Amino acid sequence: MRFAAALAALLIAACARDVAPAAPMFHAEGYPAKLSDWRLMTAANGALTLSTGVNPYDLATPLFTDYALKLRTVTMPKGEAAVYRSDEAFDFPVGTIVSKTFYYPTTGGEWASDVAVGPEPTLAKGVLPLVGVRLVETRLLVRRADGWVAIPYVWNDEQTDAVLHRTGATKTLTLHRPDGRAEPFAYVVPNQNQCAGCHATNNTTRKLSPIGLKARHLNKPSTFEAGVNQLDHWILSAMLAGAPSAPPLAGELSAQRTEGGPSDYVSPPPSPAATPPPQAGEEKFPRNASWTDESETLDARARAYLDANCSHCHSDVGPADTSGLDLRPHVPFGPSYGACKSPIASGGGSGGRLYDIVPGKPEESIFVYRMETTKPGHMMPELGRSTSHEEGVALIAEWIAAMEGECG
Amino acid sequence: MSRAIRTTLLSILALAACGKKEAPATGATPPASYQDELMTMLLDAKPGDVIELPEGKFSFDRSLSLAVDGVTLRGKGLDKTVLSFKDQVAGAEGLIVTANDFTAEDFAIEDTKGDGLKVNEGKNIVIRRVRVEWTGGPKTENGAYGLYPVQSENVLLEGNVVIGASDAGLYVGQSKNVIVRNNRAEKNVAGIEIENTFDADVYDNVATGNTGGILVFNMPNLKQPGARTRVFHNEVVDNNTKNFGAPGTAVAGIPAGSGVVVNANDQVEIFDNDIKGNKTANIIIASVFSTDLSKDGMSADFDPYPEGVYIYGNRLADGGKNPDGLELQALKLAMFGPTGALPDVLWDGYVDDKKKIDGALPGPLRICVKNDGAEILNYDGPNGNKAPRLVTADHDCEIEKLPAVALANGVGG
Repeated sequence: MRFAAALAALLIAACARDVAPAAPMFHAEGYPAKLSDWRLMTAANGALTLSTGVNPYDLATPLFTDYALKLRTVTMPKGEAAVYRSDEAFDFPVGTIVSKTFYYPTTGGEWASDVAVGPEPTLAKGVLPLVGVRLVETRLLVRRADGWVAIPYVWNDEQTDAVLHRTGATKTLTLHRPDGRAEPFAYVVPNQNQCAGCHATNNTTRKLSPIGLKARHLNKPSTFEAGVNQLDHWILSAMLAGAPSAPPLAGELSAQRTEGGPSDYVSPPPSPAATPPPQAGEEKFPRNASWTDESETLDARARAYLDANCSHCHSDVGPADTSGLDLRPHVPFGPSYGACKSPIASGGGSGGRLYDIVPGKPEESIFVYRMETTKPGHMMPELGRSTSHEEGVALIAEWIAAMEGECG
Repeated sequence: MSRAIRTTLLSILALAACGKKEAPATGATPPASYQDELMTMLLDAKPGDVIELPEGKFSFDRSLSLAVDGVTLRGKGLDKTVLSFKDQVAGAEGLIVTANDFTAEDFAIEDTKGDGLKVNEGKNIVIRRVRVEWTGGPKTENGAYGLYPVQSENVLLEGNVVIGASDAGLYVGQSKNVIVRNNRAEKNVAGIEIENTFDADVYDNVATGNTGGILVFNMPNLKQPGARTRVFHNEVVDNNTKNFGAPGTAVAGIPAGSGVVVNANDQVEIFDNDIKGNKTANIIIASVFSTDLSKDGMSADFDPYPEGVYIYGNRLADGGKNPDGLELQALKLAMFGPTGALPDVLWDGYVDDKKKIDGALPGPLRICVKNDGAEILNYDGPNGNKAPRLVTADHDCEIEKLPAVALANGVGG
């Protein structure tokens, strides 16, 4: 008996050591075969645990990907920080690893490819409970000496690790919408070139770049640290340099670290003082609305949605500059933003409609057709979804319906 | 049990217990298929590589993509190596190339959900003896473009066959220095379309059974307008297929039975072609005002007028006998009677008054027709077709001829 008990204790200790968060490991070249080779996160004992120095972040308005929930992280070498840029993605140091893990709530019971729409679970202290959750894929963007590299990993059936899939994959899932409708769809993991399809935001240089890691997407109350703006928090924890000005009350913040052991990477953020600083970031930095925040104007919500979902291609230099449609947030409303604009190369993607936006008439606007349809040659974005984002479509339709004017 | 043995046993047990949780992902290995094989070759290609595509028919459920410069994709023949996208679930094209110095030859792409082969911003592009086909014949739900180089430079399309595109079979957009020759475009809405492109030579092609044979267009809101296209020594015959383009697209307004169509483009030379049996008109010259485009949807600097169009030495026959659309039918009946035909050249009559000097356009901006026996009809678009009239004599003029396009960097050499 005594021997058996000792053995059990030893076994648990041995396993616990194996799954304890380790320091992230940067690979300067090659494509490691497993996600675990990067030591960013550990899936074990019913939880996905981020390693020390792996910082979760989220966006005011995210890209839609078939209702998948996304856990985003950024990891930088110790003592280094990203350099602030007001419009483009921040300039991250060599050695940075950005991860995005796509997962779904399941509908309960044995896994049978059934997934549900939200809600987003809370990520407490870098731990995502995996009960009732299915991990699908984790995409890495890795900043190497000669630029960013995209590396896709697909989670295994056992949900213990994700495996390199450079050519992508297709998975048949069934989406259960909140009103009970069930809809089979092909969840598509992009291949490495398709990663570039979005992340090579300049189609001339074709250098890959993060998309979400821009001031206007990150400028929001932190989801992971109470009472502080996410960008202020990055500045305070020395993750971001060169931002317009230091946030107020920095000196009042506790310098003590909340948890975690030594790491070669950026330390977990200091916790805010008892009196949280005002959310000063919101005015200092460009800012996108949350597309679901009804206290924001319809225009701000629609523009934020179109920015997050379209402008990485539909810009002045992106792969979709061939269309003449530019959906970056500062572009004034006019033909370049879709007003009464004829399509250039849509084919059937026009949906039989004449103009991108017909003021007051969403049902006559190509925008709405492109977003509603799931036909591969017609839909927008071209990649990254197989279902229609009904709530996003409703927002854009409402925005167009509220417009005055006509196409003469 | 000795201590040593017990320790060993313990280690094995420990390893086994933990190993179970960390089992490598056997189930996640992708199934071996030609799709994965070819995708991997495209990902791993190095400049100078020739990727040989074997004989046979291969199925793909996602787009292929190439982003490495200097790669050649070579099949065993446009009827022998077939990449089929009938089961495609994702991707807006069959093959998307974002690279320079690219050559594609001797294979076929079938039934893509969107475009067949798209090259976005490539320099030195050769596509030869490639077939792109929608095998169910002309249908609105077919993909838009067959071969689709856009924002590219030094482009050669030769010996290709494109059938069934719901927009244009061979489409060159926003490009510079282009040769399109010896291709066959059949049963597309537009057979061959040159759009917002500088310096294109289109010759020795056959365009037949399309809605419109060869189009030279300029569209608003783009980075460059187009100019200097020569269309010569082509066969543009019997392009009478009912327009199956989706409304809203630039080609959806093309009447069935259009031979060569110039819209808003400048410095276009049309000569030495056989243009026959196109039942609306063998040649149509029009401005953007004759399209569905909205004046509220155009960039302010866009020039909507076709200028410097020179038509000469073509063999034109049997055009205009049964024009598409009520307006043109009525026009034909009123002017030429039930057994007559519209003239070989139709023009919508829009002129940019701001460019006139002493009441006339300067010579290089005129529309000139010096073609034995060909008449030109101004159908008076600006006044709602109220006073259509033959204006052949007014357009009996010449424009300095354009030089031949010379591709650089040894392309096509």
